Amino acid sequence: MQIQETPALKAEARNLNFFYGENKALKNINMPIYDKKVTALIGPSGCGKSTYLRSFNRMHDLYPGNRYEGEIRFFPDNTNLLSADVDPIEVRMRIGMVFQKPNPFPKSIFENVAYGLRVRGENNRRVLDDKVEHALKGAAIWDEVKDRLSELASNLSGGQQQRLCIARALATDPELLLFDEPTSALDPIATGAIEELVHELKKRVTILIVTHNMQQAARVSDYTAYMFLGEMIEFGKTDEIFIKPQDKRTEDYITGRMG
Amino acid sequence: MKPLTTEQIRAVIARGKLKDNIFKVMGIFCLSLALVVIVALIADMVIKGSERFTVDFFLNFASRHANKAGILSAWVGSLLVMFVTALAAVPLGVAAGLYLEEYAKRNWITNIIEINISNLAAVPSIVYGLLALGIFVYQFGFGQSILSAGLTLALLILPIIIVSTREAIRAIPAMIREGSMAVGATRWQTCRYHIIPYAMPGILTGVIIGLARAIGETAPIITIGALTFIAFLPPAPFSELGDGGTAGLFDWVMAPFTVMPIQIFNWTSRPDPAFEVNAAAAGFVLMAMVLSMNAVAIYLRYKMRKNIKW
Repeated sequence: MQIQETPALKAEARNLNFFYGENKALKNINMPIYDKKVTALIGPSGCGKSTYLRSFNRMHDLYPGNRYEGEIRFFPDNTNLLSADVDPIEVRMRIGMVFQKPNPFPKSIFENVAYGLRVRGENNRRVLDDKVEHALKGAAIWDEVKDRLSELASNLSGGQQQRLCIARALATDPELLLFDEPTSALDPIATGAIEELVHELKKRVTILIVTHNMQQAARVSDYTAYMFLGEMIEFGKTDEIFIKPQDKRTEDYITGRMG
Repeated sequence: MKPLTTEQIRAVIARGKLKDNIFKVMGIFCLSLALVVIVALIADMVIKGSERFTVDFFLNFASRHANKAGILSAWVGSLLVMFVTALAAVPLGVAAGLYLEEYAKRNWITNIIEINISNLAAVPSIVYGLLALGIFVYQFGFGQSILSAGLTLALLILPIIIVSTREAIRAIPAMIREGSMAVGATRWQTCRYHIIPYAMPGILTGVIIGLARAIGETAPIITIGALTFIAFLPPAPFSELGDGGTAGLFDWVMAPFTVMPIQIFNWTSRPDPAFEVNAAAAGFVLMAMVLSMNAVAIYLRYKMRKNIKW
């Protein structure tokens, strides 16, 4: 008999389909996201992993002609994130996102991190100072920027900018953090820093990360899902996916025969 | 194919470079032609009008005697009309551009509106004058006032401001918008904290280009009935009026007025050649007004853009 500890669910995609106009980009995806774990989405370009990720915070709602079918259940309150009754803004207040290319606002470092709080109506300087410091520490960039919080964020290096963007997402205490290929625009050292950070962050927040770098998936994630042509081919513990994939297509991708 | 010898490669480069040089010379020629024309124009006005460049010229009203006539009512009128124009056109134009870029759904109605904004920019200015004569002067009863003129010119430059606002907004990368929305901002918060501030340099450029066009407009202002000869200024706020009362804060908007281009037009149409000197001098002042507006725009744009990098 095998005793297996199953972590709590943070979210779960159920029969998720997604359409860009007529084009079906996600096909019947079912997948759990476990609480306080890192789940990596891998797959060749155009397989729908970013599309899937951006469904979680309803980013597709910003553009016309996009349509969801199915559900993404979000726990503990069992909200369907994709329901028409749920305001996408409410979803984005609970779920943070870090983008492929660092996208700090052309404002000061402080204002970049404080922005999410200001949007929530927080204008008390004391509270802002506190939370900004906390977020910058959480994103492991506090020591580098603490003396120049009023400087423009664009003066930071690419890796620092990306950690600043992580701090911006952390400042509002998200329950789930989405990473969309966060290191694809960074050099190996900056990438290492982000990966270390992801490892640190999973103690407090659930993480879903898209990566086209399999080593990265293997390094940072607890669970991995392999996607291909809009379908979820295989999902499992990262060790198992990388050591003994069940599906031939997953194996081909991981061993570098494809993609 | 055999690989080219060094000689042949050099010959190919020489042929290419010849065309390079021909184009360069042509370009410099065209550029200097344009520059020479504008410099000659300005120089001509300066030389012709030089004897009128006195303080009196700026402080005197129009007069039957060319050497006593000045442009006081004209430049004050131009500035006040521009003020009304900017006050009306900037909020309207920016709001319209913002709505079209950030809020409007992409459908056939939006498409029709977009096409018609471009059409509006091409409508001859006299047509705006006719429209304003009917609506502002008679229908709304604003009369032949600074308010009517300001609103007319505001209509005229509205398309310019809308188009430049939209272009400035479109130059903001989608990732900035997404970054803002991703932390849970509403569209308006995104506009207020990001889109409007980052688009401001571009909007400002459009506003100044529009105002520079408006300040030189003559036809629509004549159509709504600006005076050509006027020997008083609009009442300053809280100044004493002839009847013993005190002017209100906004009484000046209802005052009759004249503007620089009309004053120039009036002087050039007089038989006495002495007035041509006045016209040249006033023409130069108008030029200087437009150029300094452009200079301010360039400076502000440079200052604001310095901090906006993606």
